[in-house]
Amino acid sequence: MDFSYTETQDMIRDTLSRFLADTYDFDSRSKMIASSSGRDKGIWKALAQDLGMLGASFSEEHGGLGGGYLENALIMEELGKVIAIEPYLQTVVLGGGALKAVGGAVADSVIPEIIGGNVIIGFAYAEPQGRYNLSNIRTTAKKDGAGYVLNGHKSVVYAAPWATHLLVTARTGGANTDVNGVSLFLIDANAKGIVRRDYPTVDGFQASEIYFENAAIPGDALLGDEGAGLPLIERIVDEATVAVCAESCGVTAKLHQGTLEYARQRNQFGQPISRFQVLQHRMVDMFMEVEQSKSMTTMATLKLDLPAAERMAAVSACKAKVSRSAKFVGQSAIQTHGGIGITQELAIGHFFKRATMIENQFGSADHHYERFERLTLAD
Amino acid sequence: MQLEFSPAEIAFQKEVRTFIAENYPENLRSVQDEGHDLSKEDFLSWHRILAKKGWIAPAWPVEYGGTGWTATERFIWSEELAAADCVGTMPFGLSMVGPVIYTFGTPDQKAKFLPGILSGDDWWCQGYSEPGAGSDLASLRTKAVRDGDDYVVNGQKTWTTMAQHADWGFFLVRTDSDAKAQEGISFLLIDMKTPGVTVRPIITLGGEHEVNEVWLEDVRVPVANRVYEENKGWTCAKFLLAHERTGIAAVARSKRGVEKIKAIARTEQDGDRPLIANPFFKRKISELEIDLTALEFTELRSLAGEASGKGPGPESSLLKIKGSEIQQRITELALEAVGHYGAPYFRGFGEGDNEHPIGPDYAHRAAPTYFNTRKTTIYGGSNEIQRNIIAKMVLGI
Repeated sequence: MDFSYTETQDMIRDTLSRFLADTYDFDSRSKMIASSSGRDKGIWKALAQDLGMLGASFSEEHGGLGGGYLENALIMEELGKVIAIEPYLQTVVLGGGALKAVGGAVADSVIPEIIGGNVIIGFAYAEPQGRYNLSNIRTTAKKDGAGYVLNGHKSVVYAAPWATHLLVTARTGGANTDVNGVSLFLIDANAKGIVRRDYPTVDGFQASEIYFENAAIPGDALLGDEGAGLPLIERIVDEATVAVCAESCGVTAKLHQGTLEYARQRNQFGQPISRFQVLQHRMVDMFMEVEQSKSMTTMATLKLDLPAAERMAAVSACKAKVSRSAKFVGQSAIQTHGGIGITQELAIGHFFKRATMIENQFGSADHHYERFERLTLAD
Repeated sequence: MQLEFSPAEIAFQKEVRTFIAENYPENLRSVQDEGHDLSKEDFLSWHRILAKKGWIAPAWPVEYGGTGWTATERFIWSEELAAADCVGTMPFGLSMVGPVIYTFGTPDQKAKFLPGILSGDDWWCQGYSEPGAGSDLASLRTKAVRDGDDYVVNGQKTWTTMAQHADWGFFLVRTDSDAKAQEGISFLLIDMKTPGVTVRPIITLGGEHEVNEVWLEDVRVPVANRVYEENKGWTCAKFLLAHERTGIAAVARSKRGVEKIKAIARTEQDGDRPLIANPFFKRKISELEIDLTALEFTELRSLAGEASGKGPGPESSLLKIKGSEIQQRITELALEAVGHYGAPYFRGFGEGDNEHPIGPDYAHRAAPTYFNTRKTTIYGGSNEIQRNIIAKMVLGI
């Protein structure tokens, strides 16, 4: 057993951490969000080309650094520490994860473009009726000659307004929630027949509602086997779920640190409020939640390659715990700050907003407790 | 003891229910249903209807414009308002400064200020908190120095709710810097149009402009606008805080909130079932509902105590703590219920923007409301302070 990071991993973290400290202070982030595109394109380019960060989790054959889940986790944690709005999760973890899993020509052509910063991917999987059930899909992909025709409505697709590609789940057969008949496609985001409604999200990202209106896509857009895509989708969503947990570790660590700093300098009743025992205990509880989130994220990251049932149980255990921690740490940070925590002026409130969205991303605590129980607690 | 309403009370309930159904503004209803922020006129439209009917200040003594209703009738009234999802009336005049003025004010002050509070012509705000005086309110430093028939006021207030609309504000100011913290404070009524008063917005996490900073620079306030004695303002402040806490339990409104969650959970799908059939979610609703019943009957016992002559005491801190926690849990559960559609940030309709907002109507403000409602355990004396009050005043430790 060894929980230590390699030299390369330490280097990745240090390089990224220094870069983000220079480029992603609170004011810069606020300006990016307020700009017309809602982001600073230069950051993504720099992550790719100056830092080589987008290749950290890809193989050397594809031009990457030869890493994997651990690299994704530590990059997500650093991004979380500055509540970055970069599409790393969607592009590298989800898109890259799917491509790595299927391999072949599409992987050989697209992965180097991801690493180079030329591709941004939006993951169009959620639907208005679907909640967190990955096979509850009404979007259809009908065979049409060599290709397919897509119809349907995908909800809240993060990063879609910036995307060059969309990773889309659709039904090529079966009924609404059948496990069979689900397929995964990687398509051109600007294909004819794709209608987008773009909007900002409460946590600073950009997202879209996506409507496929007889969108014709080529046959080679299919990733994996037709109708048998669900295990692949479950796998990449598990990988993304752990990546979000890693991000949460960064977000909650900052919420805790910011709260400690504030409590030390805020005076009431003639002393810093950090002297009050009721607040000390709360800050200790926050600390324990952050540490346990890190532990669970490490556990789940190391189990991502286990057989599906074990992997799913580990990921659900991790997300259930991290969702609860994100809520507790976020709420405690605001309560300890008092009124100032509820304003847009301080970074702490923006960390709280991201922590809140993390709670339900890829499934609420309840969803993951239920999946954990289904897998581990026989009647 | 008796749980049922009497025939007279049932008749009263019917009367007020009919009045609300027939008089609540239809356009206000649609603004609320779509999840928009309410404008000053939105608030005032309902206020004026109630004022015209004479039902705007049920808790006030009849001689000053109250309705003379019993505690039970007032309870029925607030239940019916909440059940019909009516917007609240602004508390700063009606529940806060109004009672201070009719309790401590001079006949001139009563004549000058009470009619405007009742009619809605004067919008009030509360100048209490300062950047350095939050939970420790008595450490406030805004200073008022006597100069002839005026005070000259300098300082900064913060978290001043809806000050952007206010005609008048009631302020706690320091008139004696040498006295012990609570003893050198006076209670002043300040015309917000006076030169030297500047209101600056504070934008909160959901993007709302509810609260403000109020800067006071050499603001001249007639001594005639001081309520009660100089340096005795803390007496008014304490009276007002106790008044503020009755009703802070927000039981009726929270009941309505629970009903809204049930409606959302019946609509939202969770696999092959509606979300309300999810046993975990259902349990959270029932926990909330049962805790709300516990709060309701705690409030009713407290009301009964008041009716028999005991004023609101420190046990009202219990109502504040539990009431605010329940309000927060309702917003938590609403956000959880809407799933993916909690994420889109709804900015309201722009000019000429006819596109329907993203996601179902009930989801538009779920996240902003959740963020914003974190304030309930902070304002009016944070819940930590409320627990200190119970420890000291109720438990004697």
